[in-house]
Amino acid sequence: MKLLVPVKRVVDYNVKVRVKADNTGVETANVKMSMNPFDEIAVEEAVRLKEKGAATEIIAVSAGPQAAQEQIRTALAMGADRGILVEHDGVLEPIAVAKILKALVEKEGPTLVVMGKQAIDDDMNATGQMLAALLGWPQGTFASKVEIAGQEATVTREVDGGLETVKLALPAVVTADLRLNEPRYASLPNIMKARKKPIETVKPADLGVDPTPRLSVLRVEEPAKRQAGAKVGSVQELVEKLRNEAKVI
Amino acid sequence: MAVLLLADHDGSAVSQPTRSAVAAAAKLGEVHVLVLGEGAAAVAQSAAALPSVAKVLLAEDAALAHRLAEPVAALLVSLAPNYSHLVAPASAAGKNVMPRVAALLDVQPISDISGVVDADTFVRPIYAGNALATVKSADPKKVLTVRAASFDPVAATGGSAPVENVAAVAGEAKSSFVGAEVSKSERPELTAARIVVSGGRAMGSAENFHLIEKVADKLGAAVGASRAAVDAGYAPNDHQVGQTGKIVAPDLYIAIGISGAIQHLAGMKDSKVIVAINKDEEAPIFQVADYGLVGDLFKVLPELEAELAK
Repeated sequence: MKLLVPVKRVVDYNVKVRVKADNTGVETANVKMSMNPFDEIAVEEAVRLKEKGAATEIIAVSAGPQAAQEQIRTALAMGADRGILVEHDGVLEPIAVAKILKALVEKEGPTLVVMGKQAIDDDMNATGQMLAALLGWPQGTFASKVEIAGQEATVTREVDGGLETVKLALPAVVTADLRLNEPRYASLPNIMKARKKPIETVKPADLGVDPTPRLSVLRVEEPAKRQAGAKVGSVQELVEKLRNEAKVI
Repeated sequence: MAVLLLADHDGSAVSQPTRSAVAAAAKLGEVHVLVLGEGAAAVAQSAAALPSVAKVLLAEDAALAHRLAEPVAALLVSLAPNYSHLVAPASAAGKNVMPRVAALLDVQPISDISGVVDADTFVRPIYAGNALATVKSADPKKVLTVRAASFDPVAATGGSAPVENVAAVAGEAKSSFVGAEVSKSERPELTAARIVVSGGRAMGSAENFHLIEKVADKLGAAVGASRAAVDAGYAPNDHQVGQTGKIVAPDLYIAIGISGAIQHLAGMKDSKVIVAINKDEEAPIFQVADYGLVGDLFKVLPELEAELAK
């Protein structure tokens, strides 16, 4: 069974982003870029499924600029077998990425796509669901546990009231939530080995996908800043202020 | 054309985030609410009672009992031709279904909107709420999820919309519901509570987390947690407040032993009043707190509980 794992190049989660002075977006030049943390969890899950013998090959895919090769290399160093870069320099919305992934799924024939539930840059939380829809596959989103048995995947999902478990007939799309696993750090020998693993490069047009965005960004602004308030000296003072000054209790 | 809103419910009434989504949808046109499930007639009545709801569509079917994404999306797509906008609260259920609907309609969804500018233009937070993007959609239909914390909910009563039955769309079931572990609590729901008391990694253990619960109970508050506390197993996953957990904006948010990573701030910085209790006076949480108390939480929490009892 083949697994496809899409990974996105995003601004590192530790970076505090700045809105550009002309309000056209956020500053991404000279900022540390990394693999989307949820995608790292997805790669880890794929590698564990392979280690358990449930999968035979892992293909890591990234749609983005040429530099997204770095994120594919990271996935290869974690244990993916080969990479595909769908090179495109402009904005790629979830609908375009889902169409790109659909084309690759049809070409490569994976039984399961494992991907992050959301990218921490646009916070859309959409691509996995959209890919499942386009393929007519079932979806197991926000997964905290995945088990494969025969032609079925059992997925435990993090939902508003707690946890929910669903069974999906394979092939299927699973999106990873935070507690699915803790991703490994790639070892130096594996990083060296990853350099020799193949990465194929294609363009959206090669896959028959028009990546033109549907949304135009009119303006990007910084949200209103909260002012730090005052320190209080004691619990009594705190409760007194909450009762009489803020009047919230 | 009207707006179709997919309601969240607990089997007896629509949720508060649904009422916030109605408030957002009402800015776009006449609102029709879709209620689905098995034995959901009471829910449909609760939706019909909401002001600014013009019609309730009720789909009762065993296939919709657990609101799995595939049959729910199929139903929404079948109803879509009559609507300009398809809307849901940005709850786990809404986020699960709406992008699937959007893809089937060849539309780019707009997730987690915090503002409505006009019928095509919306404001949404990006980068964990560190930026707000105003986006205009070129798609013929819009598929939206609504950040409940950004819209005041409509009242629970005052309306009297007619309820119409609609049929589920027959299709091959490729997924099935196995079970759920629902956290049971007498406390208010996190995203609807007026007061939230949250604990972080500094709580140290699941047992110590009860100190938070005691304070919460004195205030009639919901209990939240930082990602670190949930990852460590001190609190269940559905307590997580933050970028990828729940977004809350209560009147009062009390952060206890939470340092204030940007991912956590993303989930609570729109609260009206923020209190931070932390032993590290340099903790970033103090930069957003209206009232800060530097101290050892194991000493402060029992004191706080006693003081609130007075």
